[in-house]
Amino acid sequence: MNSFKELSMWNGFKKMLYRDLLHSTKNLSQLMNPLLLFILISASFPFAINIDENQLMIIGPGVIWVIAILSFLLTLNNLYKDDMEDGSLDYMLLSAQPLPVLTFAKILAHWFLSGLPLVILCPFVSVFYQLSIDVSMLLSLTLLIGTLALSLIGSIGASLTISSQNNTTLLSLLVLPITIPILIFGAKTVVLYQNGHTSLTGLYLIGAYCMFALSFSPFVSAASLRIGSD
Amino acid sequence: MMTFLHKMASPRYFYSISQKLSPWFMSVGMALLLFGVINGLYFAPPDYQQSDAFRIIYVHVPAAYISMMTYSLMAIASIIGLIWRIKIAFAFTSSAASLGAWFTFLALVTGSIWGRPMWGTWWEWGDPRLTSELLMLFLYLGYMALRASINDTQKADKLSSIFILVGAINVPVIHYSVEWWSSLHQTSTLLKLDGPSIATSMLIPLMATIIGTMLYFISLLLIRVRAEVIYRHRRSKWVRELILEDKNV
Repeated sequence: MNSFKELSMWNGFKKMLYRDLLHSTKNLSQLMNPLLLFILISASFPFAINIDENQLMIIGPGVIWVIAILSFLLTLNNLYKDDMEDGSLDYMLLSAQPLPVLTFAKILAHWFLSGLPLVILCPFVSVFYQLSIDVSMLLSLTLLIGTLALSLIGSIGASLTISSQNNTTLLSLLVLPITIPILIFGAKTVVLYQNGHTSLTGLYLIGAYCMFALSFSPFVSAASLRIGSD
Repeated sequence: MMTFLHKMASPRYFYSISQKLSPWFMSVGMALLLFGVINGLYFAPPDYQQSDAFRIIYVHVPAAYISMMTYSLMAIASIIGLIWRIKIAFAFTSSAASLGAWFTFLALVTGSIWGRPMWGTWWEWGDPRLTSELLMLFLYLGYMALRASINDTQKADKLSSIFILVGAINVPVIHYSVEWWSSLHQTSTLLKLDGPSIATSMLIPLMATIIGTMLYFISLLLIRVRAEVIYRHRRSKWVRELILEDKNV
């Protein structure tokens, strides 16, 4: 019992993060499939429309953002569901560590494993849409901040649907309307940059939204996990 | 005041008082609606810019008001229910959702019909009111879907209330994000709805329809909340007594 009390909040946070990162690497297909889907849908868009270089450049940032969100939604289901099924969520609820700290660690781990790979893939996918290097870098930058915000908002949805049946569709239905500001800020920043406007405003706004989500998401997720696992 | 609020929180008291109030709201609301619609459609002069097309305002504006009002009321009721654990607040929230969704749908459809002659398009993405209304409809539907997916009523109450609150802080953000973007991006100037101030002969029927629709909405809501309350307390003693007293059953 004493050893539990000696574990500081920061240590608990680190252990949770490490455990989640390790846990996810054991199930690689769960990580890879949404990423493959991201590439595949991005590649199938040009088949459906006129392959005109200008047109691809115009729709590129928006399409990549939407596909990123959609493939990201597929990963959210695993955020708390696995822990609930194998019972480790109960230990999290019972532990001496504050639950918001633990959920924040889980959110960060989820972002590392689902958000960052999207950011890394983004420059390659940009090639499909004939985006220039600066545009594709800016797009990656917006995705970098935006996916963290997505992880934060998605965590709320995942914790709300923890006790629901067939929750993948429901989860998307709940999370998608709330992520619209992220989509607007993220994709429009790139579009405005393409049209010769400054991109700083958009970056500030998406950063502000991310901080805003950070201020409430771990607490809301923790509260709904407590209610949901009753 | 506090004792009144305290009494209203009791399901039994609420049931009996809402039974008395509901017909009053309904009849006054219907009378106002009738007055407003007749005046608005026949006696108000046609608009100098929009001619007769503006008359859809008498349906559109009340519906839009109510869709927003319902969402704010649901958010307030969610706070009350989550913090003070007042059960009737959850009954209110869950029965207001589908009404709110219908009024939001109505506001969207009438707005779109109005937009066709005025803006020349059924749908205008640059208008923040339109987009935030659409997303609000999805928040209503998401709330209902979330409730439907959880079997335990108490759990469903609390979780869906959290969702309503998360949505409530996002609706203004959505509104302003569209506004921010369109202010930078807009090339064509839209005909703004809030142009010159409205003439009195048009305003009076409008006020009548707004208040009338609100009263109509409140009476519908009371009926729904009563049904919800009696369903939730179906195992309690007072509901059994109520049913046994009723000669019609």
